[in-house]
Amino acid sequence: MPSPAKPAQIRVMRSQLGRARGAGSARSGADHWLAERISAAALIPLTIWFVFALISLLGADQPQVAAWAAHPLNAALLLALIAATFHHAQMGLQVVLEDYSHNHGFRTAAVLAIKAAAWLLAILAALSVAKLYLTAH
Amino acid sequence: MTDVRDALFVAKASDGRLIRRPVSPHLSIYRWPVTMLTSILNRATGIFLSVGTLLLVWWLAAAAAGPAPFARVQEFLISPLGLLLLLGWTASLSFHLLAGIRHLAWDLGYGFAKPGLNPVTWIVLAGTALATAAVWIAAYARLGG
Repeated sequence: MPSPAKPAQIRVMRSQLGRARGAGSARSGADHWLAERISAAALIPLTIWFVFALISLLGADQPQVAAWAAHPLNAALLLALIAATFHHAQMGLQVVLEDYSHNHGFRTAAVLAIKAAAWLLAILAALSVAKLYLTAH
Repeated sequence: MTDVRDALFVAKASDGRLIRRPVSPHLSIYRWPVTMLTSILNRATGIFLSVGTLLLVWWLAAAAAGPAPFARVQEFLISPLGLLLLLGWTASLSFHLLAGIRHLAWDLGYGFAKPGLNPVTWIVLAGTALATAAVWIAAYARLGG
């Protein structure tokens, strides 16, 4: 007695067109994911410190703020805050764009623009801290 | 021409008829659970905080530039728009911080048990309100009431 014909099995849950187009995992991205988490962990203490510092600086005038930022510990923590903040922000915004924007050209341009802006803003902020620190020392 | 992926949507109903496999419902179908709200809020607050870095940079650059530019930042910050933005950033930072800590716990493998999902979500939301209020009360007290 012949066995009944087996139904066709789908072994790959991905369309042939998708495979031909190279859709799916790029086999990289773990480093990006991990860097987002590491910067997030660093930002927990840095952010809490910064909020407390801002509260203590309320009502302070420019010389008082400059003196505060010129303290070596504060200057170092500010630079760390700037680096971690912009690193984290541009990675997060990149993921948002990659998730929701399906236009490859627009997405690439937007991600590059965000990275450029993050670099420039971080450099400007770091130069400001450096000026406050070096002026006072 | 039909999409080649349609071949993967072919299924059999219980009476043997060939049907197009239903796809899972999406945003417009579900009643929003609170976990869905906090999920999208984490992204929204992240985007809003990214914009807020402009203020951080302006504040630092003005402090480095001198008393007059710094006075302009201070003036902006106590304007109605400045205070509203500060309130928004305080709340966003509180939420993104608490939700971020929760995300890190998830990444370490903790906090996936179903019974705790909604209570912890409400704790994050309540913590956001508490932290925001605490910062503004501390600021108010700092300025001498």
